[in-house]
Amino acid sequence: MKQIRNFSIIAHIDHGKSTLADRLIQYAHLVDDRQFRDQILDNMDIERERGITIKSQTICLPYTSSEGVDFDLNLIDTPGHVDFSYEVSRALASCEGVLLLIDASQGVEAQTLANLYAAMEHNLVIIPVINKIDLLSADIEKVKHEIDHDLGLDPDEAVLCSAKEGIGIQDILKAVVTRIPPPSGSIEKPLSALIFDARYDSFRGTIVTCRIFDGAVAPGDTIRLMSTGSMYKVEEVGIYHLTREPQKELTAGMVGYLISGIKTVSDTRIGDTITLDTNPVDKPLAGFKEVKPVVFSSIYPVASDDYQSLLEALEKYKLNDASLTYQKDSSAALGQGFRCGFLGLLHLEIVQERLEREFDQSIVMTMPSVQYRFYLTDGTTLTVDNPQYYPDPATLQKGEEPFIRASILIPERYVGGVMKLCLERRGVNSHLSYPTPGRVEITFDMPLAEVVFDFYDRLKSISQGYGSFDYEITDYRESDLIKLDILVNGEKVDALSVIIHKDRARERAVKICDRLEEEIPRHQFKIAIQGAIGGKIIARSTISAFRKDVTAKCYGGDITRKRKLLEKQKKGKKRMKQVGAVMIPQSAFMAALRTTDEE
Amino acid sequence: MRSSAPISTPAAALPGLYVHVPFCRTKCIYCDFYSVTRPGEEDAWLTSLGQEIALYKDRFSRIDSLYIGGGTPTCLDERRMAALFQRLHEHFRFSANAEITIEANPDDINGQTAAALKSLGINRLSLGIQSFDDGELAFLRRRHTAAGAENALAAAIGAGFSNIGIDLMYGLPGQTQDTWLATLERALSFNPAHLSCYQLTPEGETPLNRMVRTGRILLPDEEEAADLFLLTSRFLEAHGFTHYEVSNFAASRRLFCRHNLKYWNHVDYLGLGPAAHSFDGTGRWWNYRSLERYCKALKRGMRPVEGEEVLSPEQRELERLYLGLRTRRGVRLPDLREGLQPVVRELKRAGLVTIRAGRLCPSRRGYLVADSLPVLLSPY
Repeated sequence: MKQIRNFSIIAHIDHGKSTLADRLIQYAHLVDDRQFRDQILDNMDIERERGITIKSQTICLPYTSSEGVDFDLNLIDTPGHVDFSYEVSRALASCEGVLLLIDASQGVEAQTLANLYAAMEHNLVIIPVINKIDLLSADIEKVKHEIDHDLGLDPDEAVLCSAKEGIGIQDILKAVVTRIPPPSGSIEKPLSALIFDARYDSFRGTIVTCRIFDGAVAPGDTIRLMSTGSMYKVEEVGIYHLTREPQKELTAGMVGYLISGIKTVSDTRIGDTITLDTNPVDKPLAGFKEVKPVVFSSIYPVASDDYQSLLEALEKYKLNDASLTYQKDSSAALGQGFRCGFLGLLHLEIVQERLEREFDQSIVMTMPSVQYRFYLTDGTTLTVDNPQYYPDPATLQKGEEPFIRASILIPERYVGGVMKLCLERRGVNSHLSYPTPGRVEITFDMPLAEVVFDFYDRLKSISQGYGSFDYEITDYRESDLIKLDILVNGEKVDALSVIIHKDRARERAVKICDRLEEEIPRHQFKIAIQGAIGGKIIARSTISAFRKDVTAKCYGGDITRKRKLLEKQKKGKKRMKQVGAVMIPQSAFMAALRTTDEE
Repeated sequence: MRSSAPISTPAAALPGLYVHVPFCRTKCIYCDFYSVTRPGEEDAWLTSLGQEIALYKDRFSRIDSLYIGGGTPTCLDERRMAALFQRLHEHFRFSANAEITIEANPDDINGQTAAALKSLGINRLSLGIQSFDDGELAFLRRRHTAAGAENALAAAIGAGFSNIGIDLMYGLPGQTQDTWLATLERALSFNPAHLSCYQLTPEGETPLNRMVRTGRILLPDEEEAADLFLLTSRFLEAHGFTHYEVSNFAASRRLFCRHNLKYWNHVDYLGLGPAAHSFDGTGRWWNYRSLERYCKALKRGMRPVEGEEVLSPEQRELERLYLGLRTRRGVRLPDLREGLQPVVRELKRAGLVTIRAGRLCPSRRGYLVADSLPVLLSPY
């Protein structure tokens, strides 16, 4: 009977998580040196570019100790951004321990701490690992001091390594085996398995990755997904080596995959419990949450002809992302499109980039919006996440917006800047505490709307990367909400409308008008850009007309050449959106949507 | 006074004939047209031209306009010029009142040469005067002086030419609105039938372009150029000229250049000689921009064509808009589906176009932005 250890690697960005994972794979002889490929687990370009892991990918590493005992070391990979904290927590819940990776030259950083807290919340054994000891700038003593001081862990327990150079890997594997406890759980008990990932495979359908806590599951069993009650017949179970390897069964303590005719990932829920229909467990595993979208935006194809292609792309995208929601939407300015729900702004940006890059779509997205509540004079309540449905002000009695409790962890020296940022963002009810000397935890009640748009980037910038941020939606509070419209030569560009707090409106309007002035090319006539609340203009900018572009001569020899140039320009026009007589390029929409209030 | 035929609609129009004489004594700094300055190849060119004519004479048998351009057509001596005309008349049937134009350099025109040209049946003389300022002429590397230009004009009038066109250039470095107006006044004092006023434009690999790129000279900016253009248009129209195309003015409707109108009205034309362009209603072709390759191809019995294209309906429509919106007559109103109505409205509001008798016509200020209108008015 093989021994099992379930663990994860957690770290601040760029501290070497992926490289270490590669090394562990290499040492487990899952791939020979010729096949060895860098960053096997990080297999998406975007992730590579942004240096973050979005999708977790689990792998089972065979290992034999020096005493000759065989182990299955299940390495569970975790995404690291606050937008996906729920997925991270479910992955961690499937482990018994973590390797807390720290860069020897950078030391303990914001995410190191944030990740440590997450691990501690799950009562995991924590093995500090100091990586990149090969660097000239490595200062192991300093890092050990930080491990003691900042993290409250025993620095003597730290394992030293250089994933890049392959130093200390054996020590790490030994530590995993000796210090992380084996999974508890009984094969006799009813099946209780935690879903922590689901992925769509075009050949096999939805593949669920889970941690078996109790019981066993095998092909032929009928399983039940406890959150929905839906039932499926198991076709195949197995473990992950570099590819999937079918097994006779999965038993308590194991991590593996399950294929059972589940059509789309939306039929599964991360954090859900799988049990057997014939012998179900009484209670589902703790910690399950229905993930709800929090930020909304509409997506439109730049060329209206591409609507069908965009629909197909979204359908394909959703096969692997259950948290993306979408439904049909339309706009006077942009035509037919889709109203989409995202877990957060990072999620939105990733979806946008992947649609454009992997799915080859040319799209425009509208201003992101949260879900507002409006109470009308006739007693009805409206839930609105689309400015198009902002109610007639005459019928509006009260407006409410979702608030969050934000907790920000930063070194003491950035407190002033961060306080200012939160106050600017209408934060109230602040509270400061000092978890460790030199570090401050600030909590604020803030409107979600102020946070979904650009807050995280501003925080990072103010705290020079050291700020970490987490939030929880708490309640709806009354707010003076108006709708800001943008007009171009008198025509409303509905895609740029936004529901916004009265006090923030003018600033935003000015910024958008300025941006549009920069991005919209000159036309043959003057263009007036205005920001308006109802009928009241609160900001404006003007683009003057160009006076001359005609070439002097047009005789036999000039015609073909000129026409070819015109054909090219005509093509370019396809990528623009027409609002009245004004052609607005896609880049102008992007620029307007990215306008931040601090620029 | 010879009368030109009234402007005919494309359907009824006969094709035009263009002959490219690729010879110059010296190159002007701004000119991007193809020509060689080495002597001795005129006969080779003539022979090849004859061979080219043979390939097309049946397709374009009847014509009502002939335009000899170049290069410098008046580089050809009397004998060769006569030989050229003899060949042309031999193979093409000219209508009774065909417009026959030759481009002439003022330094080639005196009493004798003017008479010779007239005797060949040429009834329209286009003089490349460009300027009446000696400084400007030297800058442009023209071979004549202001006095020479005036003599040429006198000689042409003396020889009996009544349909004389003068080519002029504005937007020269150092030129002001006043000096330009002075040039215009001097031109007008000769009662020309036609004026072509071109803004000096750096093109291709010309010395002018190099000067501009390296910053040796400064040309007027968009505002100044627009002002000069409008000034020219108002001035000449005040003096009775019709501004019938972006760069072309005529003393009366009868004196619009019939041949050039074919370009702008999508009428067929055959271009003979190196670098010449042709259009047969459905497609275009153009000859080698090389005397050597031109002659070589013809020697082998092949059309000396460097490139050809057949126009799709969309391309034709785009050309129609492009060419038509550069003329006073404008274009038949394009199909204004929903998207285009606000555009036309805005253009009208800005005073750039008017609608007259179902046609969309550019105003004076509309001429200035004529090149951007076709795309703006194209259906999506």
